[in-house]
Amino acid sequence: MTKITYVDHSGKAREVEAENGATVMETALRNAVPGIEAECGGACACATCHVYVDAGWIDKLPKQEKMEEDMLDFAFDVQPNSRLSCQIKVTSALDGLRVTTPAKQG
Amino acid sequence: MDARDGDHRQGNNMTDIIKTDAVIVGAGPVGLFAVFELGLLDIHAHLIDILPKPGGQCAELYPEKPIYDIPGFPTISGQGIVDNLMKQIEPFHPTFHFNEQVEGLEVLGTPEAPLFRVTTDGGQVFEAKVVIIAAGGGSFQPKRPPVPGIEEYEGKSVFYAVRKMETFRGKRVLLVGGGDSALDWTLNLQPIAERVTLMHRRDDFRAAPHSVNGMRELVAAGKMDLIIGQMTALKGDNGELSAVACKDNANQTFDVACDAMMPFFGLTMKLGPIAHWGLNLHENLLPVDTAKFETNAPGIFAVGDINTYPGKLKLILSGFHEVALAAQKAHRYVYPDKKLLFQYTTSSTNLQKKLGVA
Repeated sequence: MTKITYVDHSGKAREVEAENGATVMETALRNAVPGIEAECGGACACATCHVYVDAGWIDKLPKQEKMEEDMLDFAFDVQPNSRLSCQIKVTSALDGLRVTTPAKQG
Repeated sequence: MDARDGDHRQGNNMTDIIKTDAVIVGAGPVGLFAVFELGLLDIHAHLIDILPKPGGQCAELYPEKPIYDIPGFPTISGQGIVDNLMKQIEPFHPTFHFNEQVEGLEVLGTPEAPLFRVTTDGGQVFEAKVVIIAAGGGSFQPKRPPVPGIEEYEGKSVFYAVRKMETFRGKRVLLVGGGDSALDWTLNLQPIAERVTLMHRRDDFRAAPHSVNGMRELVAAGKMDLIIGQMTALKGDNGELSAVACKDNANQTFDVACDAMMPFFGLTMKLGPIAHWGLNLHENLLPVDTAKFETNAPGIFAVGDINTYPGKLKLILSGFHEVALAAQKAHRYVYPDKKLLFQYTTSSTNLQKKLGVA
């Protein structure tokens, strides 16, 4: 099992077990992790599953596709480590991944 | 718009009341299929949607994404199913009212003989015997940037749409975003504003290449400004902006002086005016019974993602089932004296005539 830690904007961390093949967004919803809305259900069409990926992890993630980069235009306070969690698929290589959710999704 | 079956307009003026059998709130896949099921029962419908086109979320959020659980279609795109539904309901000549939001729903009739007055933000008034709410996740509204205190400025100096270009004459306007709306309004407002500034988080734009080129030419000619950055706060008094505080990608802060700001961060779904129609609500959804999909108000139905009942699944296929059953009950209200005979489209010449195939 792959473990992922979600940190909310106040600093509270929640570690959950993720199923390989699911997305980081789906894993959050299944485990009732707050801070991710995923209004469009994972179609990369809303930017309400925006997360900041912890330093050290950003280069280990699958590269961002153009659609995700475009959709990040709809998020707020976008940083170089911003990703849409619906576009990150969980694999064993991501064991220990840490992401922070923004104070408010768009 | 001409008068069609069961649809008797008074005059041609937009302010006149449109009298019809059914008003469908929302032109997503379920609202569209409601036209079909109602149409088979000779119930004519007007559809109202806040978007400029049919299809709801399918067309707005995922037109190119495949859907795998529409019975009979191993795979079909969001736009594909909308196009097919539009073709399927063509024989029933529904009337569409796009770019309008239903604001008011007022009960005029009785529970036995319902009649409703439906009003839109565009000033259109309908009188209908039944109302089918197929509003999905609510209406699409522009996203509000999470900047503290922005509400105070909205409608005074922060705008999500251009109602009148004149509002911006002689003003310093900041537009934020990188899509077609942001670029189109940048180009349209540039000639009349005192100064137009476009801000986007990266020097790469989703908008159509010719608008991007047009913008770049204006910047090169010194006729407008382009800033790469993001907004962080608003500065001003009593809703009148004086500047927008921003930061660039190196987190350096700066102010952009402006009198008006237009943020373009896409759309989000909000329940909207439905909350004020006096209907029972459960967690922003409309509870219905599963025999008729009628709300607590006789004659007002709720179908698709907007309704809730034990076992509800937010699937397009569930919505299709729901409208078929709702139409049966709607028939009792629209034609109280007619007996409803259950028929199949495969074998009934009566239904085939309505579909224009017999």
